[in-house]
Amino acid sequence: MPEARVGSAEPGFRVAELTVADRGSGPNAAVALEFAGQLDAEGIGLLWERAMRAARRARRQSLALDLSRVTLVDTAGAAFLIAIEAAHGGEVSLQGEQEQFHALLDRVRAAGTTLPPPVKLPPLRLRDIAGAAWRASANGIAFLGEAVLALVRLPRNPRVLRAQDLLNYIDQAGVRSLPLVVLLGFLIGLILAFQSAVPMQRFGADLYVANLVAISLLRELGPLLAAVILAGRTGSAFAAEIGTMKVNQEVDALVTMGLDPMTMLVLPRLIAAMLVMPVMTMVLDIAGLLGMTVVMMAFGFPLVTVANQVVGAVTLTDLFEGLVKALCFGAVVAAIGCREGLGTGVGPRAVGLAATGAVVGGIVSTIVLDGVFALLIFRLGL
Amino acid sequence: MSEGEPTEIRATDVAQRFGARTIFEHVSFTVAPGEVFVILGGSGCGKSTLMKQLIGLLTPSAGDIVIRGRTITGREGEAGRQAVLREIGVMFQSGALFGSMTLLENVMLPMEMYTDLPLSAREAVARVKLGLVGLGDAAALMPAEISGGMAKRAGIARAMALDPPLLFLDEPSAGLDPITSAGLDRLILDLRRDLGATFVVVTHELASILAIADRCIMLDRAARGLIAEGDPRRLRDESDNPTVRAFFRREVLAPAAA
Repeated sequence: MPEARVGSAEPGFRVAELTVADRGSGPNAAVALEFAGQLDAEGIGLLWERAMRAARRARRQSLALDLSRVTLVDTAGAAFLIAIEAAHGGEVSLQGEQEQFHALLDRVRAAGTTLPPPVKLPPLRLRDIAGAAWRASANGIAFLGEAVLALVRLPRNPRVLRAQDLLNYIDQAGVRSLPLVVLLGFLIGLILAFQSAVPMQRFGADLYVANLVAISLLRELGPLLAAVILAGRTGSAFAAEIGTMKVNQEVDALVTMGLDPMTMLVLPRLIAAMLVMPVMTMVLDIAGLLGMTVVMMAFGFPLVTVANQVVGAVTLTDLFEGLVKALCFGAVVAAIGCREGLGTGVGPRAVGLAATGAVVGGIVSTIVLDGVFALLIFRLGL
Repeated sequence: MSEGEPTEIRATDVAQRFGARTIFEHVSFTVAPGEVFVILGGSGCGKSTLMKQLIGLLTPSAGDIVIRGRTITGREGEAGRQAVLREIGVMFQSGALFGSMTLLENVMLPMEMYTDLPLSAREAVARVKLGLVGLGDAAALMPAEISGGMAKRAGIARAMALDPPLLFLDEPSAGLDPITSAGLDRLILDLRRDLGATFVVVTHELASILAIADRCIMLDRAARGLIAEGDPRRLRDESDNPTVRAFFRREVLAPAAA
């Protein structure tokens, strides 16, 4: 109703008004809610709280809704009137409503405004949480087991592992991440050397910064940082790719072609991640050592001294330990990414959730696994 | 399987429940070789769920499904399902083409996995399939570059890649304009005539049903199961079930009957 809309621009004008009036007395006492103006989303916003309060207060009396001065009722207005009736709970009469409101009110009433009873969530118990955590980790292990099974079965039907896919993922996960790996490794080496050089200098031990950085990079930081890069760049990409395929029913299509998604989608990604991670780690180690060397040379140590110091500090075992860790981290990060992707629910939000889960899960399990490695290496006395 | 006429599909007392919610139960039907069999019904009646059961993506809560003589449900279901998968082709609602491959590569993939054809032969066969569905000149396009109708036709071409005797099509004409939709109906009838394949089609497009279906079953949400079976033209003219009549006459069902 355009003519009614014009008025709302005037200062001090309210699109809707409500007057609560008591009518009659004794057993015939009634409360009348007299509405005026437009009962649309704007109008009912002004009146909602007052009307509901008045309706609840009038529970014991009968309630009349006077619409004679109302110019417009839309679906929001009809819902408002029905909500008033529900709040009152008893007998409600409509007065002065125009013919055209009638049909709308009937339709809105027929559409049903009763809500289903709210779903009662069971109380949160520690045992349930522990059970869920246990099932989640069991599922993760089962997934890895299925992947291994797919790998074992592969020789029976080698063509399902497409070389083109594998190369593709190696490129995506490894080759394209090298600039980032070099940059991050260099900076970490630089920062680590610089930060430790200051306190070491106090003891005149600044030469041993080279040892410190070399050992921590090769044994710990190299594989860990490479895994974090893999989780952020590649794990999330795996989850999003497979998740989108799931949402588009492409995974279903594979299954109905008799092609196992585990072999077709997961295995090439898993193998690619396991192949590139040691290389990424090695590159990161070298870049880090270079960064450290730059700092050491700035402190006045010649290159030969630094190099000798590094060679004396670390052994090949240190390097291999890091590379083996990197291989395992790669497998876990890729597996979690793929699992999150295959577990994607319905709708566009699910893909985002899967990607997030892949990054968080990848980083957390990498660090947990690193702890396990530390314990193992300590026990084995390596 | 019972003796007598051969059947492509025999479903007996199939049910699907999700938790306490029953989608349908006591659904039984058979599909004869070479027929176009349509599963129809309103939204939410479970026709796509039923198709998921038939193609082995979902195990029914109860009942048996036998496809081409092999039971795909129950304890020995897994082996049967794996064997049946080579004999069926499925077109999904949106085509479900692999987004990282061209249309040609999509059609070639099943052949690459299951046949020993050399690359040039696979390409030639895949081109023929794409030509059959009228996409001969779109072979090099990626799925993201084509329209919805083309994606569905490419999905049919991929479903036919290994020339399966049994094809499942999920809503081939949903969301398409009437001309494209009629073209797809024509394509289904042509393929049936030329290849002798059996088609199971899930749809709720009235025009499409009347054009292609030899026989149909109708599911209903309120009845939680099968409410009609037979020739759709006879159902339209003779059924005394109010829901069936309303469906075929595009009427609004009176609330009491729903």
